[in-house]
Amino acid sequence: MATEMRNDDQAIRARFHIVYGEFSLAADLTLPGRGVTALFGHSGSGKTTLLRAIAGLERHPGAYLEVNGEVWQDGERFLPTHRRPLGYVFQEASLFPHLSVEANLDFGRKRLAAAERRVDLAQAVELLGIGHLLARRPDKLSGGERQRVAIARALLASPRLLLMDEPLAALDGKRKAEILPYLTRLREELDIPVLYVTHSPDEVARLADHLVLLDNGQVAASGPLAETLARLDLPTAVSDDAGVVVEGLVAGHDAAYHLLALDFPGGRVQVAHGPESPGKRLRFQVRARDVSLSLSERDDSSILNRVPATVAAIADADTPAHVLVRLEAGGTPLLARITRRSRDQLQLQPGKSVWAQIKAVALLA
Amino acid sequence: MPFGPDDWNAVLLTLKLAGTTTLLLLLFGTPIAWWLARTRSWLKGPVGAAVALPLVLPPTVLGFYLLVTLGPNGPIGQLTQSLGLGLLPFTFPGLVLASVLYSMPFVVQPLQQAFESLGERPLEAAATLRASPWDTFFSVVLPLARPGFVTATILGFAHTVGEFGVVLMIGGNIPEKTRVVSVQIYDHVEALEYTQAHWLAGGMLVFSFLVLLALYGSKARSRHGY
Repeated sequence: MATEMRNDDQAIRARFHIVYGEFSLAADLTLPGRGVTALFGHSGSGKTTLLRAIAGLERHPGAYLEVNGEVWQDGERFLPTHRRPLGYVFQEASLFPHLSVEANLDFGRKRLAAAERRVDLAQAVELLGIGHLLARRPDKLSGGERQRVAIARALLASPRLLLMDEPLAALDGKRKAEILPYLTRLREELDIPVLYVTHSPDEVARLADHLVLLDNGQVAASGPLAETLARLDLPTAVSDDAGVVVEGLVAGHDAAYHLLALDFPGGRVQVAHGPESPGKRLRFQVRARDVSLSLSERDDSSILNRVPATVAAIADADTPAHVLVRLEAGGTPLLARITRRSRDQLQLQPGKSVWAQIKAVALLA
Repeated sequence: MPFGPDDWNAVLLTLKLAGTTTLLLLLFGTPIAWWLARTRSWLKGPVGAAVALPLVLPPTVLGFYLLVTLGPNGPIGQLTQSLGLGLLPFTFPGLVLASVLYSMPFVVQPLQQAFESLGERPLEAAATLRASPWDTFFSVVLPLARPGFVTATILGFAHTVGEFGVVLMIGGNIPEKTRVVSVQIYDHVEALEYTQAHWLAGGMLVFSFLVLLALYGSKARSRHGY
């Protein structure tokens, strides 16, 4: 599908200044024109406002918006929503209750010229596992099924930008777990840039390639996921479950010990997991509190994963007893949360070489 | 034979009047209701109140003003005369005009309510799926507001069938032109023809009951629908 021309400077440029009474949002963003960009922040931080502005659902004067070379809004120019080649998934599925699932799926698709259709029905249906639901009415679906249909409906409009507004927030934990794998597949199999609004760190870790942190209407950070998660100056780093997300390539499987080996620029990690096809990209998460540091490689420890790294920076953590250490392991940033006492004992300072002992690696798949 | 030729004429004329009126009201009431449901203009209040006036005004008041405006010295009367249309009072078109105004709230209000209860979301969802506002209106709004249209049609039709005061003021009592059932009953009673009055009045009673039964029945069904 998505076989259009691509070049490396594809980007989404968005400049908005929005004021609603007490609330104001100022954003001047350049986002990658490919992959998943998470707009992350607490409720009231302006994520949804920004997404709606990008969709053209709200019209804000003075804004600028360009999507992969196409200007959607600039000065007097304002492309109304129905002329923007986008897909939008609302927090509640918002299917049309008077139409069957199939007619809902067809709604956007049949309004496209044949040449514009880049996603076919069978593919979307298969991707989201909704083949058995086509003849049903939306009110006969579960919340999770409804949301999957809504995602497929948005995809079938062959969007050049997919906007998702907390698509999992209205679902309970079980339903969320039911949909997340579909979203991961979407990310892997379709070449459609996605702006994904969420307040869930877990969804960010699983899905995002690029992270925008919004705080009270301001952009606190915008950058590649791994880099941004490892920044010590952001509230994401300070929290107890701070950590980084690393993408690794499947290097092999040790059947005897049931361990999967993943290579990443900083070295190799082994995870308790079944076999996967070699060369496959898999994400794993390393939490700061699961990383300890030593000055030599200790092979008398039960900790399996040890990678050499260099201390890049040290900052205060959320408690007076701890500090956060930012490490560089072959270009991959890692975070370690250690005690202040250990820092002094090991005499850690930027530039020092250490071994990062990773106690837990969580595979995000 | 309980119905004389005059009675039949009155029944046919009533159906014709109610049918024409309802059709016109659906045609013109829909955009008014849509505007009232969506606008943020300060005019919403005054226009909404004007549409609702026939609910509270005695029909004679409305009839009186119409008679004056449409009459030979009234602004609309002079207009229709200069256009070569003659005068509207005591004609069928005049009666239709009066009925449209008089039954307006019974059509506009259910439609407005139906439109308002849709909310923004279906419209937004349609826009994100490439549907223009017109397209959205026909493919999403109309089907979703169908119960509102059913109610509006039934109430508009039934209310027009049931009017009397406005008809008498603006239409008079001209056989085959403006003498509708309600006026015919009045005539029968005045002439002490109680049997004929009974047949017509009984017919109206049964008709009205059936209409309301159908209306509430369909509402109960649509609550279980979708």
